[in-house]
Amino acid sequence: MAIIGNAKYQARIKRHLAKYPTKRSAVMPLLYIAQEEYGWVNQAGINEVAQLLDLDPTQVKSIAGFYTMYSEKPKGKYWLQVCTDLPCALQGADEFHAWLKEELGVQEGGTSADGMFTVEHVMCLAACDKAPMLQCNFHYVENLDKDSMRALLAKWRVDGAGAANGSA
Amino acid sequence: MGTMHILLRGRDIENLKQLEVYEQHEGFSALRAALGMSPAAVIDEVKASGLRGRGGAGFPTGVKWSFIPQQEPVKYVTVNADESETGTFKDREIMEENPYQLIEGSLICAYAIQARAVYIYLRGEFWDIGTQLDDCIEQLRAKGYVGENIMGSGYSCEVYTHLGAGAYICGEESALLNSLEGYLGQPRVRPPFPAQKGGGLYKEATVVNNVETLANVPFILNEGAEAFKAIGTTQSSGTKIYCVSGHVKKPGNYELPMGTTFRELLFEHAGGPLHGERGFKAMLPSGGSGPIVPLTDEVLDTPMSYEDCANIGTIIGSASIIIMDESVDITWVASKVTKFFAHESCGKCTPCREGTYWLDKVIDRILDGRGSPDDVRRIADVAENMAGTTLCALGDFAANPIIHTIKQFPDDFARHVQAEA
Repeated sequence: MAIIGNAKYQARIKRHLAKYPTKRSAVMPLLYIAQEEYGWVNQAGINEVAQLLDLDPTQVKSIAGFYTMYSEKPKGKYWLQVCTDLPCALQGADEFHAWLKEELGVQEGGTSADGMFTVEHVMCLAACDKAPMLQCNFHYVENLDKDSMRALLAKWRVDGAGAANGSA
Repeated sequence: MGTMHILLRGRDIENLKQLEVYEQHEGFSALRAALGMSPAAVIDEVKASGLRGRGGAGFPTGVKWSFIPQQEPVKYVTVNADESETGTFKDREIMEENPYQLIEGSLICAYAIQARAVYIYLRGEFWDIGTQLDDCIEQLRAKGYVGENIMGSGYSCEVYTHLGAGAYICGEESALLNSLEGYLGQPRVRPPFPAQKGGGLYKEATVVNNVETLANVPFILNEGAEAFKAIGTTQSSGTKIYCVSGHVKKPGNYELPMGTTFRELLFEHAGGPLHGERGFKAMLPSGGSGPIVPLTDEVLDTPMSYEDCANIGTIIGSASIIIMDESVDITWVASKVTKFFAHESCGKCTPCREGTYWLDKVIDRILDGRGSPDDVRRIADVAENMAGTTLCALGDFAANPIIHTIKQFPDDFARHVQAEA
């Protein structure tokens, strides 16, 4: 596994580097690529991003640590981020989030025993009129209830059986 | 008054997000007109329209553009599409359903200040929107609306998207610029301001405007500043997208002239209270960051404008209107909003970093029934000491939910600390 020299990413890396007058500006898009390759932002990915941008790995790691969408530990195949901020909570999002964790047998931020689902709550996702909602690997799923969520979990269990880890 | 779609035209025109459909509906006629004017004349037109920044602060847009020093060789436009204020979901609908209008407005701004590039900074969660905008930009490049020699005018400008990665603070303009440059998304010391050499993107003079602000600009160039000014109130011209969430029957975005009353928005458009038998209790008219107000008749009859909202002790801000009915405990609201700011504080300034942490702890104690009346006074005191002592407005925003919930709903706090009182 690698992003440097990996044909899959070369065009994207080149496009991002061309967007900005400084190399350093590409640190965020390149961290997404590292996360896609490794399933999370690990040290190998950080080292590669640093090498590509002439930065120190510590500088890259500080950026990765600042933002919630870079994961600093491995996740399940489906990374479920439930919005429990005020507008969603007024529509029952706290109860929905608690139920989902119970349904999957996970603690906050934990991953289900089959490695399929990671559940955590997040702050406002700008979907306040479609609560409860969540973000699954960076794609929004809105207007949820227990029934529609159960159906989705069943679908993802099938779809995810052979899929690789990764976000986006 | 009533619904009026300048920005949410995608609701009336099918497939407006397709370039050829957008072109059929005056698409890029405003940019064409602007390219035929002098940059200064474009700025004057936007100034005359009275358009004010829709990101929350309400600063006059044309005036902001006029701060850019003409003689600087390199200038930028940065579109703030970070949309992270609790309860705000308007920019998202503009970008999803009417993306070309945003890009056209951004290009007009870029021409007016003679910028060499536009960066659209999207919150990372808008991943799919970023993909869609990238596709729009490629189509525009193919048609000569973006890139070298736009529409044969001799003016050249690039447009790029940049995805954030989950940080509320990056909606603050100087933090946004740091994040875009690949540094931690933390606010900068000002001056220099973004419009000044040394203060903007890559230290160049930069206009940072909200999505909704820029999406208004094509209308102003097409219809004229006077037509825009004719909508709304004297100090708040144009329409505004009001994002309604919480305890109403029909949550959603409503684009109405500025100055429409809260009563019309909440009852005629948003369908009234979610649970008919439970009346409205409180409203956060500007997301988590603005002062909470009780939904009295006086408040309901207040026009939603910058000037009128000041009269009832709050702000219209980004118009993220969160409605709470009689069942809601306002202490719980204070706790929810405080948890948001405790999580989103970037850690740079001590009053905000430490203050939000301790406010969260003490409110939890009050909610658990372990608090004392002294604790209520204590959090009010901590909040007062945060306000005005930080580099950016987040410190003030985080103080607001405490100061104003205690002021407006003292009984909700007293109930939790009664045992010891």
